[in-house]
Amino acid sequence: MEQIIDKYFRPGRLPHIWCPGCGNGIITGAIVKAVDKLALEKNDVAVVSGIGCSSRASGYLDFNTVHSAHGRALPVATGVKLGQPRLKVIVVTGDGDATAIGGNHFIHAARRNIDLTVVLFNNNIYGMTGGQYSPLTPANSKATTAPYGTVDRPFDVTELAKGAGATFVARSTTFHTQLLVDVIAQGIQHEGFSLIEAITACPISFGRQNKMGGAPDMMKWQKDRGVMLAAYEKMTDEQKEGKFPIGVLYKTEAPEYSAEYDKVIARVQKGAK
Amino acid sequence: MSKVYLMQGNQAVAEGAIAAGVKFFGGYPITPSTEVAESLAKMLPTVGGKFIQMEDEIAGIGVIIGASLTGMKVMTATSGPGFSLKQELIGYACIAEIPMVIVNVQRVGPSTGQPTAPAQGDVMQARWGTHGDHPIIALTPGSVPECFDLTIKAYEFSEKYRTPVILLLDEIIGHMREKIELPDNYDEIAKPQRKLPQVPPEEYKAYQADADLVPAMAPFGSGYRWHVTGLVHDEYGFPNGSPAATQKCLDRLHEKINNNLDDIVLYENYCMDDAETVVIAYGGTARSAYAAVDAARAKGIKAGLFRPITMWPFPAKQIAEIAGKAKHIIVAEMNYGQYVIEVERAVAGKAPVTLHAKYNSEAITPDELLARIESLK
Repeated sequence: MEQIIDKYFRPGRLPHIWCPGCGNGIITGAIVKAVDKLALEKNDVAVVSGIGCSSRASGYLDFNTVHSAHGRALPVATGVKLGQPRLKVIVVTGDGDATAIGGNHFIHAARRNIDLTVVLFNNNIYGMTGGQYSPLTPANSKATTAPYGTVDRPFDVTELAKGAGATFVARSTTFHTQLLVDVIAQGIQHEGFSLIEAITACPISFGRQNKMGGAPDMMKWQKDRGVMLAAYEKMTDEQKEGKFPIGVLYKTEAPEYSAEYDKVIARVQKGAK
Repeated sequence: MSKVYLMQGNQAVAEGAIAAGVKFFGGYPITPSTEVAESLAKMLPTVGGKFIQMEDEIAGIGVIIGASLTGMKVMTATSGPGFSLKQELIGYACIAEIPMVIVNVQRVGPSTGQPTAPAQGDVMQARWGTHGDHPIIALTPGSVPECFDLTIKAYEFSEKYRTPVILLLDEIIGHMREKIELPDNYDEIAKPQRKLPQVPPEEYKAYQADADLVPAMAPFGSGYRWHVTGLVHDEYGFPNGSPAATQKCLDRLHEKINNNLDDIVLYENYCMDDAETVVIAYGGTARSAYAAVDAARAKGIKAGLFRPITMWPFPAKQIAEIAGKAKHIIVAEMNYGQYVIEVERAVAGKAPVTLHAKYNSEAITPDELLARIESLK
């Protein structure tokens, strides 16, 4: 691990700003392990983030990195990909960043099937602003802006991505770290829009309000509830209660946006000559 | 070789973009700016460039931020309400020093206003629309040929000073058709160039400025790895919220523009040598002002026109000089009174300033302006 830190983290940028018990470091570690596993050149990787706890990850990583504006990581990443299609573009975003203020960009990037790998850090809450509810906060949860429990129904962001046109959809947790590395690596390799929902614990702003215990208890919560897709599909509805599938949930092939646009250029230029 | 065309201002902007070497357009359709997007959708692939219609105005500027980081010259085009939506990311591009040109073809506002009617109501929005303190460059063409030339100029400033530049049209100029002479081949037009790092990647500091206060910018994917953020940052681009770093960061943003006003501030003097009654007008309004000045001169009135081409930074020095000589200054604009406030500040009581404002979705006519000039002589 120490070697990977030296290789992919910017010198002098640690310690990170995340709270004790936060899972964001595990996900960030999983991203660099996936890059390492694929033996990608650092110069060939760009990481674009939005704003929020998760989105601070870009500053620590020794790639071409952008810490953009709240919710806007996907448009910026789309520009980077179209400007330099050779780059492997990884988007680091949170549940509020991607599905609330950035919700429109999220569905349209998925619809285009542009080759971006979105790692969505889902801690079920707005962490950086101190515990307000997000579109991925489970119904009836407590939040500083829902002191009596949320009335909002949450998205299942994997279903949202699939419905919008994403061609690779996976989920893992900060407990299932090997799987997380593996699905991020698969997402990077997949030519098209990839969503990896990475479920992470926010003991300070979500766990405490919802009496979920400390960081180890929240990791155990992930361990008990995350079930590999193949096993999950064999469960009865009763057994599925309170559980969620992990692993690669959906994968298909479809034309990739930037490659398709390159074909348009080739066609037009051929016609012009 | 050149060829003569009858062309709209919006199309001439698109031609100017291609001539400047623009390779990327991202935007969202809004009247009266759509011809810029439509023209570039057709032209860009022919020069190996890319066009993308995004899901909203914010995405339209977000995507060009990303493309600019890869070294491309980029453009987005919009109108009042869309310009408002883009403001947060215009500020981002200011602090992160990302070159780009944002075309705003003004329409009547506030809000949806009158989409197809002319106005000049975004003068202050161009200057102060985004939050915080930052300098901005905004250029205003007054003819179709100038739409072409100023678009190229906008890229010169944007690339040279590493900053967003706003091309502020009004609906009159955007939709007016006029004769324009364009070169057959844009290869002969010098392409504005971004300053590239002269040091090896391990020594590169993305926000370490040279003597001109502008840092070199390495394209993503060129082997230089660096961090871009909208947070106040140090020379490496890493967040640093200390009071000293904050002041240093913001001072340089302002000074790189303020120290170069002689290069950036463009204007036209028309019949100004002996002018006693000076009209200050810009964009579509200036067209009526030329005619009004000519008509006044025919009647023996010593009238002249000062036309700011660079709206921002404000031509304070030039207007102060005019104020020392003129008996009357008339600011004519298609709004309730925006630029006039800056003019009054620069004139500082040295001459009376009269506002000729019109904001009923119609242009200011030469006759109206002539009547105003005559009333003051």
